[in-house]
Amino acid sequence: MTTIKKLKSPGGRKAGRRHPLSSVALIAIGLLFTGGAYAAFSTSTASAETSATSQQTIGEGKKLFAANCATCHGLAAQGTGSGPSLIGVGAAAVDFQVGTGRMPMQMNGPQAQKKAVQFTDEQIATLAAYVSSLAPGPGLPEANLLDEKGDAANGAELFRINCAMCHNVAGAGGALTEGKFAPSLEGVTSKHIYEAMVTGPQSMPVFNEMNISPESKRDIITYLKYLENNPSPGGYALGSLGPVSEGLFLWIFGLGTIVALTVWITARSN
Amino acid sequence: MSTTTTTTELVETKKSGGLTAVAANYIDERTSISTAVKELGRKIFPDHWSFLLGEVALYSFVIILLSGSFLTFFFSASMAPVQYDGSYVPLKGVEMSAAMSSSLDISFDIRGGLLMRQVHHWAALLFVAAIGLHMLRIYFTGAFRKPRELNWVIGFILFILAMAEGFTGYSLPDDLLSGNGLRIIDGMVKGIPLVGTWISYLLFGGEFPGEAIVGRLYSLHILLLPAIIVALIAMHLLFVVVHKHTQYPGAGRTNQNVVGYPVLPVYAAKAGGFFFIVFGVVMLMASLFTINPIWNYGPYDPSPVSAGTQPDWYIGFADGALRLIPPGLEFVWLDRTFSFNILIPLVSLGLFILVVLIYPFIEAWVTGDKREHHILDRPRNAPTRTAIGAAGVTFYAALWATASSDIIATHFSVTMEGVIHTMQFLTIVGPFIAFFVAKRVCLALQKKDREIVLHGYESGRIVRLPGGEYIEVHQPIDEYERWKLVSYSDYKPLMIRPNAQGKITTGQKLRAGMSRWFFEDRIEPVGNTELEQSHGDHH
Repeated sequence: MTTIKKLKSPGGRKAGRRHPLSSVALIAIGLLFTGGAYAAFSTSTASAETSATSQQTIGEGKKLFAANCATCHGLAAQGTGSGPSLIGVGAAAVDFQVGTGRMPMQMNGPQAQKKAVQFTDEQIATLAAYVSSLAPGPGLPEANLLDEKGDAANGAELFRINCAMCHNVAGAGGALTEGKFAPSLEGVTSKHIYEAMVTGPQSMPVFNEMNISPESKRDIITYLKYLENNPSPGGYALGSLGPVSEGLFLWIFGLGTIVALTVWITARSN
Repeated sequence: MSTTTTTTELVETKKSGGLTAVAANYIDERTSISTAVKELGRKIFPDHWSFLLGEVALYSFVIILLSGSFLTFFFSASMAPVQYDGSYVPLKGVEMSAAMSSSLDISFDIRGGLLMRQVHHWAALLFVAAIGLHMLRIYFTGAFRKPRELNWVIGFILFILAMAEGFTGYSLPDDLLSGNGLRIIDGMVKGIPLVGTWISYLLFGGEFPGEAIVGRLYSLHILLLPAIIVALIAMHLLFVVVHKHTQYPGAGRTNQNVVGYPVLPVYAAKAGGFFFIVFGVVMLMASLFTINPIWNYGPYDPSPVSAGTQPDWYIGFADGALRLIPPGLEFVWLDRTFSFNILIPLVSLGLFILVVLIYPFIEAWVTGDKREHHILDRPRNAPTRTAIGAAGVTFYAALWATASSDIIATHFSVTMEGVIHTMQFLTIVGPFIAFFVAKRVCLALQKKDREIVLHGYESGRIVRLPGGEYIEVHQPIDEYERWKLVSYSDYKPLMIRPNAQGKITTGQKLRAGMSRWFFEDRIEPVGNTELEQSHGDHH
């Protein structure tokens, strides 16, 4: 306490030498200079846009990363106790995780949930560019792999063997342990399906090129899109959940209707 | 058109019914069918919606027979590998069994085939569900009591056979889902100590899945099981006619009569019309809602399994039992593996089925009641039976719900482990809770009935008497209503009496104990003296 008092007392004496508004003015001048410098800097980048290298994008991605992701993944994407290292995950992982709204994560839980996408496509691209600059990793899929014009029969077979045990044969999703789950694949874009296969987000295993070739991945996407675009030939699919939804439907609506009709038949006329 | 016939008839009888009368006469003179028609046509059936549930089961069975016959025209029960070449694109060129390929052809390339498949499957689900509901009605109203115990047994065997029909049918298309179901059955069979593996090899004609099982199940599905079911249904219905139909208690209804409408013309018309209503509902479901989309499941291959693989609802309870059993129950002893994780569900479900099958005899033994009962019990008037039923339903329902544990987990955002542990608790403790709650509710309802008989309804009308006293006017109930509330058979716990040798046997002690457990908590029906005493008390 005494030392503080000692330190404070000379300051109090000196206070009279400066104008009371001097510090405010100093801040204002400082802001003006910084703002001007920033404006000059950004105009200079705008003028050099044609020659904008990926280095530029990477720089912006790094800033976005520092502002939105570094809390959990670390400033150098090296990973922390609350998030894994992103070195080597590649652009595909970033595009999938951020592009489906899973990242930035809303809250801790068994797994990151899908939600509204938080960034624009450009921002996602810069983030992806930054992360892929750290170390080589799976890149974004080429457009010809996403054209949905592969062999649906081969895709269906591969899907049943490799994917259906978690995602269900019709891609309706399924349960995993400890509250985790394989989400429904309905409405997921071809690009995100492909990226999920190559990066193995969350509990999903990685299906690399040795495991399922890019053409086979294209077939799988073709099959899933076939299911999505062709309604069930048998009528309303009841969520494609199999016998559980069928049984529930029968007991509630089928038998319910029948019982209502028995009551009607045996009702006495008034 | 019938001028010539009418003129000739006019000679014989004054009034002619036209062609119908001639035809009826022609047939009767050659078959004496009129006695049967007279007998059956005058048969009286009581009117209540719950009496139609068995009829629903019968009608769904007829629908199943009709649609099933259609399916046999095109189904090939062979597991020979073929290349699919039909019109469903995502399976084109895939190798599969002839059974699967022909099922797909029925679905996509045969006119009306998919509708018939869906009619067959929806009707099958409805068949078993209607039997289940019908059985619950029989149980909770005590309709299984003498003289109908054997008909309960026949009905319950029909329920089991219906499940067997369902399971064999479910396995026929040889799609992924049915193959997985068979694999589970194979696992259960192999879990039986000593003989399991032998039985499995016998069943599948070698190592699972083999190439024999579909053909074998097909024989059972379309020949043996339906034949037994038809025979048992005939017996079941014959017994209904012989025993006459039960009826709910009410004024004018006794053990000796049946109050209702005759078969001809009322019930024949109603039942005939009702068949078409049931058919209509099944058709509607089949045309609007997909069932068993085998094209999604694809051909059976022992390696893949789909998430959300479940049996049809009626096998769900067995699947649930397998899901509930905790891990770590396999032991190796004498160089053999003893899989208690399979044996415990198998044995407990077997016991459950056995108890349900022989329940009428157990209750008859406990009550010692040798009388015939044609008047149904209101569930509240047999509290212990109703409570046992509630416990049984809870046990079954918990197992059944567990079969969808994964779907519950994903759709209610809970953990799989949490669902399993909750269901384990509910399966074991739930029946006890259900028993006590149901019994207390029954007793409370009986008390309420007594109160109403003795003091009437609370009318809500408050009257101030000349002396300043306020009373609520109680509305007495009319005699017809009262009859329903007082006319039930009341049992007292059995007394232990020594037999001819002057001994009290263990069997008797057990019986007396059971009887006490059944009937020690009871509400006596209001008697005449009590009723008279309460007269003038209707304030």
